[in-house]
Parts: sequence; structure tokens; C-alpha cells
Amino acid sequence: MSGTQVQENKTVTLGSLWRDKKTRGMILQIFAVIGILIFIGIIISNTVENLDRLGVKVGFDFLSEPANYDINQTLISYDSSDSHFRAALVGLLNTLLVAGCGIVVATIFGFTAGVLRLSNNFVLNRLMQVYVEVTRNIPVLLQILLWHGIIINSLPVPKKAEALVEGVFMTNRGVFLPQPIPQEGFGWVWIALLVGIVFAVFFKRYANKVQMQTGKLLPAIWIGATAIIGLPVLTFLALGSPLEVSYPALKGFNFKGGFVVKPEFMALWFALSIYTGAFIAEIVRAGIQSVSHGQTEAAHALGIRPNFTMRLVVIPQALRVIIPPLISQYLNLTKNSSLAIAIGYMDLVATIGGISLNQTGRALESMGIVLGVYLFISIVISALMNVYNKRVALVSR
Amino acid sequence: MSTETKKYPVGMHPALPPPSGSVGPVRWMRDNLFSSVSNTVLTFLGLYIIYLVVPPFIEWAFIDSVVLGAESRKECLKIMGEDRGACWSFVYHRWGQFVYGFYPMEERWRVDVSFVLTALTIAIVLVEKLRAIKAVLIAAILFPVISFFLITGGSFGLAEVPTNKWGGILLTFIVGLTGIFVSLPIAIVLALSRISKLPIFSFFATIFIEFIRGVPLITLLFIASTLLSYFLPPGSNFDLLLRVLIMVTIFSAAYIAEVIRGGLAAIPTGQYEAADALGLSYWQSMRLIILPQALKISIPGIVGSFIGLFKDTTLVVIIGLLDPLGIGMAAIATTDWAGLSTELYVFIGVFFFIFCFGMSRYSLHLEKKLNTGHKQ
Repeated sequence: MSGTQVQENKTVTLGSLWRDKKTRGMILQIFAVIGILIFIGIIISNTVENLDRLGVKVGFDFLSEPANYDINQTLISYDSSDSHFRAALVGLLNTLLVAGCGIVVATIFGFTAGVLRLSNNFVLNRLMQVYVEVTRNIPVLLQILLWHGIIINSLPVPKKAEALVEGVFMTNRGVFLPQPIPQEGFGWVWIALLVGIVFAVFFKRYANKVQMQTGKLLPAIWIGATAIIGLPVLTFLALGSPLEVSYPALKGFNFKGGFVVKPEFMALWFALSIYTGAFIAEIVRAGIQSVSHGQTEAAHALGIRPNFTMRLVVIPQALRVIIPPLISQYLNLTKNSSLAIAIGYMDLVATIGGISLNQTGRALESMGIVLGVYLFISIVISALMNVYNKRVALVSR
Repeated sequence: MSTETKKYPVGMHPALPPPSGSVGPVRWMRDNLFSSVSNTVLTFLGLYIIYLVVPPFIEWAFIDSVVLGAESRKECLKIMGEDRGACWSFVYHRWGQFVYGFYPMEERWRVDVSFVLTALTIAIVLVEKLRAIKAVLIAAILFPVISFFLITGGSFGLAEVPTNKWGGILLTFIVGLTGIFVSLPIAIVLALSRISKLPIFSFFATIFIEFIRGVPLITLLFIASTLLSYFLPPGSNFDLLLRVLIMVTIFSAAYIAEVIRGGLAAIPTGQYEAADALGLSYWQSMRLIILPQALKISIPGIVGSFIGLFKDTTLVVIIGLLDPLGIGMAAIATTDWAGLSTELYVFIGVFFFIFCFGMSRYSLHLEKKLNTGHKQ
């Protein structure tokens, strides 16, 4: 028996190489690398050949050419003589704007619905269940189109619109709001706000230290909030209210002046918030349910008051479960905002990946930019996510 | 008049019924609706919201609506008169297109047969007693193949129907079901590669999965419609639907791979070690020990991905394929039916809701059935 073993070990045949785990792994990996390289090589050679045949040049020089199209919502100054690059930038900012606004509202919706879903109030509980099930099971593209249709079709034209509150008009061309225009000296208000925030942060740290040393609780939240709100308000009043308000006024067929929220933006914002809110509601519910009841009972047994139990015991543990899937919902919302193209909201995909691509025919470069930007956003957020996960990870025994 | 009283010895009085406020519907309402002032307010607020939304919707969708007898929106409005309800006539009028797209009229029986075969396949896969019979199981594998030949045509004496004629619910099912069934095996391979100890495999699988998950599906569909022809050998003409199917499949495979990876990570190391100790090879241990357990715990996630994929099939409308939404948008773009967008979106929404809600309920049922009690 031992004789055969020795023999097998000495003679190296193809079969014995294959039976050895390490060698087999190496061989498989070498084949995989070769296969993938060949695959990439074929694609590159095909692309080069195709581009040659069509006489298309590759390069990013088209980005500096004038775009020659208008964008109906711009956060930075833009007109049709600006470059494709600037158009892409406008699109990116529009994507980030609707994603940011959507994330805030979706979080509010989601947390409200998730908490109410757990309440013992039968009516609200069921109402939230219906909300979650209905919105989760209908394609988001359909919801975007539905809200867009409702806004366009059921709101009045500007001429017939009546003011909701002074200076606020809901029309099918958008919601018109009074726009505050900062005058000279308004910059000091921003500085005051910054000082307030810095003060609040430092006070909170000090309060934590005091609590650690003496056990005394300082009203850090109240004092911080007062500083953040009070300082800018005081500065504002001390400077003699350096702010003018421009009210929208009807001129011809549309309103002039003021600040307008476009119907495309509203529809996208609303639909994405409601859709993602339903997913967040389920995450929040699962998170709160995951904290074992023993934790609450233990806290009560220690004599901790109910609202402190919630704040110091239940929520921190629930958040550990809630935050990772919550962030991935935020990412989904950002990616879903690319459906803007269906209703004509000019986001990143609609500008550089849509009109610019069609005008210049630079499909490779334009799609490359779009993919690159989305990948960058995803990678940054998942990197932050990993840092967070490491920080809150349970130390397992 | 005096009530009859009976004397009982101390402690021998029979139990009285509980006070009326502590049992039955009154108690339930007190606990669940009016337990505190804020709860009472919330209850009435909830009821008010229901009152605001439900009766007008029922009135609009059912009571005041028109289904039959109108050939255009104008006729709908004439029939409705003062009450403005939904005009469902265009759905009825274009029902054939909603189901088959532009599939030739005289060939539609082929699609019908395929629908029946698909329903049978799904029934066989879902019902355990049927699945146990071998002949039935083989039929379940054959049915999709038969459906494929039936729908594409061009063989067995059937006329060929080009894919640009396919549309409506037929298209939704083709994209959805192909994506679901083809992506699952790819996803398993991707997940196993990603957790593999061989660095090259895990490296490429990670890059692939993160790339696909990092970009929106719509950009991948744009790649399918504009870029993919650059990557293919010159002169080859790839069908648009096929390109879309490839993109949808790898998209959903990347998501399902991550779900399965989660399932694999949840299997205790002891299971891997036990498989090794039994002398099983890698594939044997995966097939017999690890994957059955991992897939079982991944079921909710996998069904969730399927639902997502099914909903995402609506995106094909953006690159010009005519799924039910596309058919409907073409319908309401005509002068006859202009202005019926709300009806269209509600109709399509109900269609998707039925299927997606059904799938999520089935997944809950499966979860309960497969729960063998090992859960901590």
C-alpha cells in the first residue's frame, strides 16, 4: 500500500497534476485568463475594424464643441452655445439634484410608513401595508409616467391658476414659488450658520464628556438647535433683513419671476420618493423587529425611561440592521432617476447619453462617460458603506 | 319587584361573564383603534384618507367608466355625459395588440398555444405532486423548447415571424421569463466564482458583478441598442430583441449572484468542512451539501430579484420595443384615444401588480414551507 503511494508521488503525469488541488487551481486560472484575454482581444479588434469601416474617429474632442440644444432646467448657467461638456455637467447636476431631494423625501416616507406599519392601530397599519404592497409591485417607470400625466393633465394652465398662498401657483407648467434674492451682506448669514453648526458640534462633544465624567445630562440637542437656528436669524435681523423676494406674476401665457419647479422634476421626485419609500418602510420595519424584546425589557429593568430606551438602546441596534440596505436603496433611487429620459427631464443620461450622443454619433465615448459617472457614484457610496459597516460591526466571539 | 337572589357559600359563586367592554369587538376596537387620544386621532385621519381616495377611485374606475360601445375618446365622453369616469374602451378596442403586439393575425394561435404551455410548465414546477412524475417533468422541460419554435417559426412548416412584430404581453413574458430562467444558472456560477479561493476567478467575477450593479439598466439597454453592434464581428446583424435579452439576463444574473453569495455566506463553515471530510469533490460538495442549503435561504431574495426583473421589462419601451406600455403609448398618441394616459398607466399597473404581488405571496408561502426549523 505504501509502495504504491510513493510511486504515485514520484511519477508526475498529467492525471496526477490534475488531481492535485493547487496545481489544478493554477491550470484553471491560467486557462481563465487566456480565455478572457482572447475575448477582450476579439471585442477590441471588432470595434477597431467596425470604427474603421464606418470612418468614425474616437476621441473626446467633441466635448468642447457647442451642444446646440436647450435644457429646460439648469442649476448652473447654460445656453445652447455652450459645449457638450457643460451640457453633461448640467445633466449630472440635475441627476444629483433629483437624487438628493428624492433621498430626503423617500427617507421621511419610509421611516413614517415603517413605524406606522408596526403600530397597533389597525387602520393605519393596514393603510401602510396597502401603500407598501401597491407601490412595490408596480414598475417605477409606470409610476413616473402616471405622476407626470396627472400633473400635466389635472393642474390648470397658468392663465387659470389661482394662488394657493400668496405667490404660490400650481400650474401644469410647474409650481411657481416666491424666490428669495439675497442682497449685499447676506453672506454673513451663511457664516453665522456655519459658526452655529461648529458650536453645536463642539457643545455636543463637551456634553458627552460631562456625561461620561459626572453622569449629568446636558440639553445638548436643544442648545445646539438654538445655536444653529438662532445665530443666523439674529445676524439676519441685525443686518436689517438683506433679502428681497421676487413674486411670480402672470405675463402673457406664463408666469415671470419667482422660482419655478418644473413638472418633470416634480413627477420624477414624487414617483421616486414614493417608490423607494415603500422599500425603505420594509427595511425599517425589519430593522426595528430585529431588536430582541429582551433589550427593551433589560433597559426597563435598569430603570431607563421609555424614550431613553428607544433612543439609547433600540434605535442604535436597529440602525445597524437598517443602514446597509437603506444605502443600497439610495443607490437604487439614484440609478432609477435615469428613467427621467421617459418624461423629458434632462438628467445625465438624457443629455450626454441622449441628445449629445445622437447629435455627434459618438456612442462609445458618450456611453463611456455615463457609465463611468454612475460607477464612480456607486463605488464612492459602497466604499463609505464598508467603512460604516466596519465601525458598527458586532465584535463576534 | 325584587330580583331573585341566590345565596352561595363564600368562594363558591360560579364565574360571571367578563364585562362587555373587555371582550369581543368592543375590546378589539379599544385596543386597536382608540387606545389613546393620539391613536384615536390617527384612526380618524386614516379613515378620512380612505374616504378621500377609495370612493372617488371606485366611481372613476367602475361606476362611471365605459368599456364597450365606444370607438374613440369622444364617443366615450358622449356616453358618460356629465360624470367623468375612466374610458377603458381603448383597452378593449386594442386588446389584440396588447396581448400579441403586431404578431400576424392568422398566426396568433401559436402564441396562444405557447401561453398554455408556459402556464402548464409553471404549474408543473410549482406543484410538488406533478413534479414527482418523471414524464411530466420531462414535458415541463420540453414545453419551453416547443414554445420557442412555435413563436419564432421558420421551421416545421410554420411561417417565420420576425421579432419586430412581437409585442405586448407576449414580449413582456418573453423578456421576463427568459431573463429569469437563463440568469439563475449564470448567477450561481458567478456567485461561486466570487467566493472562490482561486484569486483570478473571484477577481473577474467581482469586477463583472460590481460593474453591472453599479450602472442603471437603462444604460445597459442603450448599449444593447447602440454600442453592441460595434463589438460584434463586422457585417453580423444581431437581432435587437436578442441583444436586449442578453443585457437583461446578465443584469439580473449580477443581482441574483449577490443574493446567492449572501446565502452561501450564511452556511456555517462546518458544512464545508464536513463535506471535505466525507471526501466529496468540490462540485459534489456544492451540488449535494452547500447549494441546496444556500439556495433555500436565498429564495426570498431570488424571488425579489425576479419581481424586480419583471417590473424592469417595462424599460424596453425606451429603446423602442413595444411591450404593453409601448402599445398603449402608441394608442394614446392617435387622435382617437388622445388624453387617456391615466387609464393606460392604471391598466398596465394593475397587470404588473397581479403578477408581482402573486410572486411575492408565493415566495412567502415557499419560505414557510421550506423552513425546516434550523433558523436561530
